[in-house]
Amino acid sequence: MGVGIKVDKLNAWFGKTQALHDITMNAPANHATAVIGPSGCGKSTFVRCLNRMHETVPDARATGSVQIGELDVYNGTSAVQIRRRIGMVFQKPNPFPTMSIYDNVAAGLKLNGFHDHKRLDEIVERSLKLSALWDEVKDTLRKKSGASLSGGQQQRLCIARALAVEPQVLLMDEPCSALDPISTGKIEELIFQLKEKFTIVIVTHNMQQASRVAEFTGFFLLGKLIELDKTEKIFTTPSDKRTEDYITGRFG
Amino acid sequence: MPETVTATSDFAAAPISLWRRAMNSWATLAAAASVVLVLVPLGAVFGYLVYKGIGSINWAFLTQIPKPVGEPGGGMANAIAGSAFILLIASVMGVPIGIGAGIYLAEYGRNRFGDLVRFTADVLNGVPSIVIGIVAYGIVVLTQKHFSALAGGVALAIMMIPTITRTTEEMLLLVPNAVREAAYGLGVSRWRTTLSITLRTATSGVITGVMLAFARVAGETAPLLFTAFGNQYWNWKMNQPTAALSLQIFTYAISPFDEWHRQAWAGALILIVLIVAAVSAVRIVAGRGMMTGAN
Repeated sequence: MGVGIKVDKLNAWFGKTQALHDITMNAPANHATAVIGPSGCGKSTFVRCLNRMHETVPDARATGSVQIGELDVYNGTSAVQIRRRIGMVFQKPNPFPTMSIYDNVAAGLKLNGFHDHKRLDEIVERSLKLSALWDEVKDTLRKKSGASLSGGQQQRLCIARALAVEPQVLLMDEPCSALDPISTGKIEELIFQLKEKFTIVIVTHNMQQASRVAEFTGFFLLGKLIELDKTEKIFTTPSDKRTEDYITGRFG
Repeated sequence: MPETVTATSDFAAAPISLWRRAMNSWATLAAAASVVLVLVPLGAVFGYLVYKGIGSINWAFLTQIPKPVGEPGGGMANAIAGSAFILLIASVMGVPIGIGAGIYLAEYGRNRFGDLVRFTADVLNGVPSIVIGIVAYGIVVLTQKHFSALAGGVALAIMMIPTITRTTEEMLLLVPNAVREAAYGLGVSRWRTTLSITLRTATSGVITGVMLAFARVAGETAPLLFTAFGNQYWNWKMNQPTAALSLQIFTYAISPFDEWHRQAWAGALILIVLIVAAVSAVRIVAGRGMMTGAN
């Protein structure tokens, strides 16, 4: 089951440049929340703060509070443990190039010391079925490299890899921006099904995508959260003039 | 009505000039000629070694130790084994240190100290091998009070380290950051990511660096002259003087005896063949279980 996300007064910096200003928002459990906004507005930085990937960049830091279910992300738990509970899918598909399809999916468990082969087989199969890739790869699981798949398949492989560690939350940072329309469609369908099990936060450049997959949408501008509301409301009657300007294509 | 857009045909339709076609052929030819120029010396060296050395290679040469001066026959078995022994010692010390330092430089070395290490490695790479021999003589032979396989191994390890360090660093930096992020995102710790993901992804490049260093020191003579020293008999002890193929070739080549000259040629041929065999074997063994993608 997914859990809700509560963000309170989140600030983030790259060196001396402040990238996020006092973000306060909630993302409810088992729903998809989309994050939209023009390039450079801090969308990616925001999701990377949710699982503390932000701090892997040299000189980057963040303050404020993020609660994921019972878990206090910035207080008392190590970043590594946080990331085991929160799956992440990146903009560009990034399978481990020297590993087979099977090992890619099993990587998160194996590298954290889980070696029960029977259970691993089950988890790999279940994860690949969840990410709708199973039928395409079941005969070449151990024979083919993750990097030998097509771009869309690679991205679904990365989703399977993230799901295999059984996270409660799935963060997706523009997961379809490098994909063709058919692969994009498959991944959007997938997001729909995954909502039953996970809470999803998805960054997207594509406003149609946000309206297709997400119940809630937040609009970011210059590192600030301008407004967060039901997706329908954001795209029809936004409360803020700047949101309206953005969605009607006046800038961005 | 929108204006009709036509291709800017002046450029596209212009025929490719004779000059350009001539330059194209010339460049292709020059590249092909360069390949031949690279291959000719290699082929010539190997061919000449086979021509001069193959006649003296027989079972006795590979299994017996040298006979006293004037007695025909005998072989270099102890030198072949000694070279393997010294190279094993050198690799056991040099490869982990070199790879470790390379990992440090690539993953943690974006600072002043990293620059210092990089500079030191580059300078060490340029230090003449005889000087490294003297250093090993000073720190190992003088403290142990005798020549030894260990001293030879230390000298060769010092020579291997900078090459391995720098190639390891470069190969790790070639691994896209996205691959590291994928591992971090799964909750894999940093050291585990470095060893199991980054280093593994760069394995073939790192092995190339190790093998380059290995092949380079395998034929070194100068650093062994007053460390391993050479030996006419078998030796398997770390702290005893040990024969080495390169030393044996050197001794035999400057001797006045025709029989020894022939054996020196044979030894040189064996040395080259063994280096090629070792490098190939490591490549095959280390390449197993690795997937290569279309990317």
